[in-house]
Amino acid sequence: MNKVLMQGNKIIGEAAIRAGCLFYAGYPITPQNELPEYMAENLRKVEGGVFIQSESEIAAIHMVAGASAAGARSMTSSSSPGISLKQEGISSLAACELPAVIVNMMRGGPGLGNICPAQGDYFQATRGGGHGDYRVIVLGPDSAQELADLTMDAFDLADEYRTPVMILADGMMGQMMEPVIFKEPKPRVYPESFAMTGAGTGKSKIIRGLILDPLEMEEHNWKLHRKYQVIAQRETRHELYKTDDAELILVAYGTGARIAKGAIKRLREAGLRVGLFRPISLWPFPTNELRDLAKRTENFLVFEMSTGQMVEDVRLALQGRARIGFHGRPGGVVPTPVELANVVMRQYDRKEGIIDPVT
Amino acid sequence: MMKKVFGRPRSMKGNIFHYCAGCGHSIAHRLIAEVIDELDIRGITIGVPPAGCAVLAYNYFDVDMIEAQHGRGPAMATGIKRVLPDRVVFSYQGDGDLAAIGIAESFHAANRGENITVIFMNNGVYGMTGGQMAPTSILGQKTTTSPTGRQNILDGYPIKVCEVFSLLPGTAYIERCTVNSPASILKTRKAIRKAFQYQIDGRGFSLIEILSPCPTNWKMTPIDSCRWIDEVMSKQFPLGVIKDVPAEVSDERKKGDKHHDG
Repeated sequence: MNKVLMQGNKIIGEAAIRAGCLFYAGYPITPQNELPEYMAENLRKVEGGVFIQSESEIAAIHMVAGASAAGARSMTSSSSPGISLKQEGISSLAACELPAVIVNMMRGGPGLGNICPAQGDYFQATRGGGHGDYRVIVLGPDSAQELADLTMDAFDLADEYRTPVMILADGMMGQMMEPVIFKEPKPRVYPESFAMTGAGTGKSKIIRGLILDPLEMEEHNWKLHRKYQVIAQRETRHELYKTDDAELILVAYGTGARIAKGAIKRLREAGLRVGLFRPISLWPFPTNELRDLAKRTENFLVFEMSTGQMVEDVRLALQGRARIGFHGRPGGVVPTPVELANVVMRQYDRKEGIIDPVT
Repeated sequence: MMKKVFGRPRSMKGNIFHYCAGCGHSIAHRLIAEVIDELDIRGITIGVPPAGCAVLAYNYFDVDMIEAQHGRGPAMATGIKRVLPDRVVFSYQGDGDLAAIGIAESFHAANRGENITVIFMNNGVYGMTGGQMAPTSILGQKTTTSPTGRQNILDGYPIKVCEVFSLLPGTAYIERCTVNSPASILKTRKAIRKAFQYQIDGRGFSLIEILSPCPTNWKMTPIDSCRWIDEVMSKQFPLGVIKDVPAEVSDERKKGDKHHDG
């Protein structure tokens, strides 16, 4: 496969089509419009491929649920306010154990906010997002290549665990162009018996999330919980960048991690041994992998394009074993690597460690 | 030799209805099941029950069924039908489900001309939640949230769903029926059959509205409820075929419209 130069939103569309996505429904919202536009043009060329511009975000996610129930690999995408609207359907997908891929190209919030890159939806994504006791697998790509790879993986994970999977990126990831190589997708593993296609001559099937008996509903909750525990054990992903000799570890994901890598280059030139821990799966969070690093250093600094959301998962992982600093730029501000390097210089002293830790 | 003259349709399970005495849902369920049997489509039919009294419809229909969130039936049916165009897909919705919280999903599925069938149960109240005002409650109707009667200046007007939807070029067949007498039940059965047949023939969106008694929340006897439909409700919501697009027009539309004249 040749290397091609493509825009992030379009990369997701192409990766989805290559992964066998046959159904896309979505509603226009910036900064992800190139994705539905790509699907309108290209998914309809695929045999059996369906693109629908839905009347609302809510309709889109429920169309996806219907298509998923009917057995098709299905996807929708949006940006922050639109993802809030989809939560009813995401909760329902989780309850009914239907696979689907949901893309959130985050923008500044809360409310309508703006259309600039932000990371303020971390809580919403990693804590389920809608009502009820459930989780969604959340993957946070930081490059064009990962947009492609993780989109394909998202479909596999959704099928394997029969659960919604979210790609959590931001406006910058969606808008930027980078070279990408599309990997060969894995053949789909999804028993036909899961799909609702009509009873034929056999027994009819029911897909539902309504369970009126509390004990039965409790058991359904525990069943989902056991599934999430398996996912938490098996599906964490992370990247270690220059951590071998690091005396200070930055923790950042997505666009934040790209900025952190730039800052680390400058800090190392200045003689500071700084590395990066980059969670790729945001739920499940790579808790144990991060905790392992606390055996080597006790200084961590979390950087997010928010007022501090993932930092809570970092604190939970490190359990008071380290000094944790934080730097955040919410509201659609994308700081430069130089700014972050300066922040590190201010917050970290080689003798004192993190000067003003959040814990 | 004994001849069986009455039995349970193949497309119904043996479960006893949980519906109140005099409720129209059980009659509508049976009519749909009879039509599914008659058209021999049990094996290719997928039903989408709503939130509301009929949320447990899958306990009664012996066809594949997937629950929709409140009002989202037509969106879900759209997803299913587009992936499986040769299946017969129907959505079963109440008045709150279709005309309030799901008006957008219903209206736009109709406007796209989705080749699905919607069975719309209009009893003018939110039944399952205890008799609150519905978008189809008539002016003056007393409900738990319009205790002195629905007033246009405070609560707006009852929505005539069939008439509104008939303006959309995507709709092929729309009829309003009721189930308050043996004659009206037979008429409703015919309408449901026609709606499913239109779908099988690929003619576009079909909608059957059924004025349905709700004695519990209307606080009437079942007999008075049936009478109320004749004397009051059907005056607000006239019965009959509201729209029936000829086959040649549907066939022409399938080729793709460049313009339309309504």
